[in-house]
Amino acid sequence: MSAAWWTSFADAAAAVCLLGGSFLAFAAGVGVLRFPDLLARMHAVTKPQTLGLVLVLVGLALRLRTGATVWALLLVVVFAMLTAPVAAHLVGRAAHRTGRMSPERLLVDELTRDAHTDDD
Amino acid sequence: MARRVQWWSVAWLAGVWVALWGQVSVGNIVAGVLVGVAVTVALPMTPMGFHGRVRPWGVVRLLARFAVDLVRGSLEVAVVALRLGYVPTGAVIAVRLRSKSDLYLTLTAELCSLVPGTVVVDARRLTGTLYLHVLDAKDLQGIEAARAHVLEQEERLLRALASDEELAEAGLEVRR
Repeated sequence: MSAAWWTSFADAAAAVCLLGGSFLAFAAGVGVLRFPDLLARMHAVTKPQTLGLVLVLVGLALRLRTGATVWALLLVVVFAMLTAPVAAHLVGRAAHRTGRMSPERLLVDELTRDAHTDDD
Repeated sequence: MARRVQWWSVAWLAGVWVALWGQVSVGNIVAGVLVGVAVTVALPMTPMGFHGRVRPWGVVRLLARFAVDLVRGSLEVAVVALRLGYVPTGAVIAVRLRSKSDLYLTLTAELCSLVPGTVVVDARRLTGTLYLHVLDAKDLQGIEAARAHVLEQEERLLRALASDEELAEAGLEVRR
C-alpha cells in the first residue's frame, strides 16, 4: 500500500466519522426537543451527544494527522466522557429533588418511594 | 499535618499538561510535574482508598463491552428521538450494588450513564444504592432488564479492578 493510498483511506474514514458524528449530534438535538421530560432529555445529552463528539474529533484527528492536535483532541474526548455523566447526574438529581418532573410519565419511581426512608 | 504527595494524581496532571502543550519534551514534563505537585498540595483531594488488583483481562473485557454499549446506547437514543409520534415511557429504579466501596459505586455510576438505557439520578453511599432513570422502560420486564444490566456492569467492573477479598465481599466467586 502506498502512502497516497493511506492518505486517501484516512480522508475517507475521516469523512465517515465526521458525518456519523454530525448525525448523532443532530439526533441528540432532536431528542432534547422531543423528549417529554427533563430526565428523558438527559439521555439525549449524555449518550448520542458524547459519541457524536467523539466521532467528530476522531474524524478531525484522522484528517489533521499532527501529533500535537491529536493529543489535544484525545484530552477533549477523555474529559467529555468523564464530565457528561456527572453533569447529567447533577441536573437529574436537582430536577428530582425540586419536583420538576412528571410522575405520570414514569412507570415506577423508586426514588420517591425511598426518599422518606433514609437520608444522607 | 504533613501532607503526602499523591503521586498518581501528579502523574495524571503532568500527563494532561504535556498533552495540552502537545509536545513531549523535558521542559514540558518537568513543568507538568511541578504544576501537578502544586495543585495536589494546594487543593488536596480526599484519598480514594484503592485496595483492588488490576486484572488486565478483566479491564480489556470491561473496555470492549463499554465501547460496544456506548455505540448501542447512542443509536438506541437516536432511534427513539427520531421516531415520529413515539413517546417513551420512563421509570426511575433503585439498584442496590453488591460492593460497598465508594470508588466502585462512582465508576459504576459513570459507566451506567453512558451505556444503553440508563442515566444516574441519585446515589446513596450509605446503602450503596444507585437510582437510575430508564429512558424507554416499556413494561415491568424492561425494568428488570435494566436492573440486571446495571448489576452486570458492576460485576464486570469488579472483575476488572477488585481484589479477591472485595469480590468475595460482593458475593462473587473468584475465578482463576
